[in-house]
Amino acid sequence: MEQLLLLLLIIPFVGSLVTFMSGANAKIIGLIFSLLSLAVAGVMLANFQPNAALQFELNYPWIPEFGIKFMAGVDGISMITILLTNVLVPLIILAGFQHNHSKPNAFYGLILFMQLGLLIVFTALDAFLFYIGWEAALIPIYFICALWGGKDRIKVNMKFFVYTIAGSLFMLLGMIYLYLQNPDNNFALASFYALNLDSVQQSWVFLAFFLAFAIKMPVFPFHTWQPDTYTSAPAQGTMLLSGIMLKMGIYGVIRWLLPVVPLGVQEWGGIVIILSIIGITYAAIIAFTRGDSKRLIAYSSISHVGLISAGIFASVLSQNGVQGLQGSMIQMLSHGINVVGLFFVIDILQSRLGTLKISEMGGIAKSAPLLAITFLIILLGTVALPGTNGFPGEFLLLMQLFEYNIWAAAVAGLTIIFSAVYMFRMYQKTMLGTTNDLTVVFKDIAGSEKVVLFSICFLVIALGVYPKPIFEISEASVQQLLQQIQIKLQR
Amino acid sequence: MNIIITIVLTAFIVLYTGLYKAKKALLPLSLIGLGVAMGFAINGWNKNINNYDMMLMDNYAIAFTVLILTGSFLIFLLSKNYFTNSDYLAEYFTLMLFALVGMVMMVSYLNLSMLFVGLEIMSVSLYILAGIRKRDFGSNEASLKYFLMGAFSTGFLLFGITLIYGATGSFDIKVIEQYLINNPTSVSTLFYPGIILMLIGMCFKIGVVPFHFWTPDVYEGSPTMITAFMATVVKAAGFAALLKLFGNTFAPLHDFWLPALLVIVILTLFTANITALFQKNFKRMLGWSSISHAGYLLFSLIVLSSSSNNSVLLYATAYIAASLVAFAILILVKQNLGSDSFESFNGLAKKNPLLALTLTIAMLSFAGIPLTAGFIGKYVMFVNVMNEYHTLLVVVAIVNALIGFYYYFKVIIAVYFKEGKEVVIPISLAYKAIIVLGVIITLVIGIYPSVILNIL
Repeated sequence: MEQLLLLLLIIPFVGSLVTFMSGANAKIIGLIFSLLSLAVAGVMLANFQPNAALQFELNYPWIPEFGIKFMAGVDGISMITILLTNVLVPLIILAGFQHNHSKPNAFYGLILFMQLGLLIVFTALDAFLFYIGWEAALIPIYFICALWGGKDRIKVNMKFFVYTIAGSLFMLLGMIYLYLQNPDNNFALASFYALNLDSVQQSWVFLAFFLAFAIKMPVFPFHTWQPDTYTSAPAQGTMLLSGIMLKMGIYGVIRWLLPVVPLGVQEWGGIVIILSIIGITYAAIIAFTRGDSKRLIAYSSISHVGLISAGIFASVLSQNGVQGLQGSMIQMLSHGINVVGLFFVIDILQSRLGTLKISEMGGIAKSAPLLAITFLIILLGTVALPGTNGFPGEFLLLMQLFEYNIWAAAVAGLTIIFSAVYMFRMYQKTMLGTTNDLTVVFKDIAGSEKVVLFSICFLVIALGVYPKPIFEISEASVQQLLQQIQIKLQR
Repeated sequence: MNIIITIVLTAFIVLYTGLYKAKKALLPLSLIGLGVAMGFAINGWNKNINNYDMMLMDNYAIAFTVLILTGSFLIFLLSKNYFTNSDYLAEYFTLMLFALVGMVMMVSYLNLSMLFVGLEIMSVSLYILAGIRKRDFGSNEASLKYFLMGAFSTGFLLFGITLIYGATGSFDIKVIEQYLINNPTSVSTLFYPGIILMLIGMCFKIGVVPFHFWTPDVYEGSPTMITAFMATVVKAAGFAALLKLFGNTFAPLHDFWLPALLVIVILTLFTANITALFQKNFKRMLGWSSISHAGYLLFSLIVLSSSSNNSVLLYATAYIAASLVAFAILILVKQNLGSDSFESFNGLAKKNPLLALTLTIAMLSFAGIPLTAGFIGKYVMFVNVMNEYHTLLVVVAIVNALIGFYYYFKVIIAVYFKEGKEVVIPISLAYKAIIVLGVIITLVIGIYPSVILNIL
């Protein structure tokens, strides 16, 4: 059984090498490897025991001189993110079938390499390994966005790169500090959990780690790289960034921040919640005013992620935190699925119409009914309509915020109203209304596009109607995490 | 001793072979000589051969000797298509070999007079090498500048040695160390200026701020081959000498010279990185980047521990491996496109995927991205400094690493993202071997650093 996780890490690695060496059929090879990896994830899920224990553990010596081991394992929290990664990567690769990228071997090779980095991040039990995975995911996405991106790609991506790596270097500093404090002289997550630091030390470590995670998510005011990068990146780059990569930040908070430095969280959590809530409303208001559809979704993503981060921090600061963390788990999954769907629809619009401007579209529903209906389903998921996948997560997160502070919940709750307004406005202006010269000849979705959009719509509805299996995967782990935090706080 | 004799003999043989115009034999002869010397060095491992209390071939000396000889071996290989029409080929090899003799003395000295002699043998050879293209103005300027500055710094070094001799009555570094241990409170007043003057003298040689003014001009003006030699091997030797002195002999007075060193480190990092940001010439950028790496290398002296030696060896190896790749590609680009500005790298990836990929890996290693040797090197330095909680210093280093990303990525951006002349650059086997070897070393150390972590 342990070998399953090893297999899960090896497949994208081998896949990226094979894809890199292949030629024009790179996308098919890439798809095959990503499906293989999905299959392994499926087997893992089937063998996964929904209790709090770490499963499929790997433990190999790596750099004994520094107390670094190749340690990885899966619990409920990791399982969700593994599912997210492995479900989305094949969809994202498939979403590229309508494009003919130059040098497809490099493009799909980089996507698979990034998948490796992401999976390392989501399973690492050693801080150094976590850091390596963190950077191993960043380098490929930098090249994807900067090589195949659009306008201003060089400048925009340089900003993105330096921003994120600045955060991660401070995280590394925090890790080295914890390592030096650690009597076991290693980077193991378990020994970090057992550390007893005073509140001043915890505050500093909190800030060092939080910077990295806040930039990645991004939390207001660390978000300035995000809209430009999303807009200039190629469609699949945007999907990777928004669908999976920002979950690295959320996962990092849950796994490496809350249980390691709970006193730091108590100290700064309130401020983070305020920042997140500012981000929610601020990004939503900006999203209203955007005429560029890709940028609009970029801002809406900031807004939705703000709710997740507010809910997570509220769960540590309130009496009962299970709902917030559980909500964030399912919302991670749902947000990933929805935002990939939205960006894919935008990509279809852009490649057919050659524009991202909402004002130049209209009446597409008449010529492309299938696109219109799938777009609507994904949209409903995004605005968290009951019965869609966005609802359970946002509901639980808001409930957690309500328990923490009623006003915080009230302001954050606006996100649902806001997102309904700007999303439907976009839908109305693109899909409904009168057709123009551009949109009258719009071709409906076909082939690979159908597969991607139908699978996403299926997930939107399935997770909305019956989210219980997802809750069951993570419940025990979340409970245990909160217990650990409580024990550490009481010491 | 036999290492030095071998290299000297090789140098003379090469010189005389040059007299008889047997140009083809020069390179193989030099390589054989280096190979034999390396064999002697490896053979001396764990034997601690002491030569008349003047030189000690301990593992420290041998590790650095092997590093220097390997680096030189590869640089000699680089010269394969470099000095095609030069009449000075034999002199060029001979002088490099003589410089190597000096370097071997610098990493193994037990006596300050040996340090001085070694440093001078190396420097004098380099003065001539920098100016070996006697009809090239840049080369002449480099040579003159280097000579004036170098002679000046030698003066400082000598003053320092004299004062320390005055305080202790000996040139022997073991005696000096014993003197400091025996008189912890009553160290002679002569000793303190002696240390500072020696620090200044050595810092001139390794080119750190504020004693760096010669570096960019000399690196730019010298033939690229020689620049590669100076920026890699010479620098490593200089550091080994510095570390031997300050990390061991002067260690009891660590608290005294640490503030001076901290100022040097911080100035070096900021000046070098910020200036490198504005360079338009790739070679000059490499010159400034070498100064900034010298700054990171000095981290090993801030907190002295049992692992200091090894971290310098690690960092130097990582730096040399990446530099060799960068310089090899620089030479190829210059030969085929006629310029070493950033523009000539534009669009390199279109027709030369191997060069583009390897150059990218070298730059990532310089920048300190994980899974490359450069990252492990920086990581070790950071942990070392964090051990005594110089957190602010690490933050300074992080800020500088971020500045570094900008100019190292400028190269990657030029290579991959910009449009340029699409020229297929022919790569000879020797170059291919060097480039691939450099990248392999970079990646192996980056992924599995244990191979090098326990050497010293």
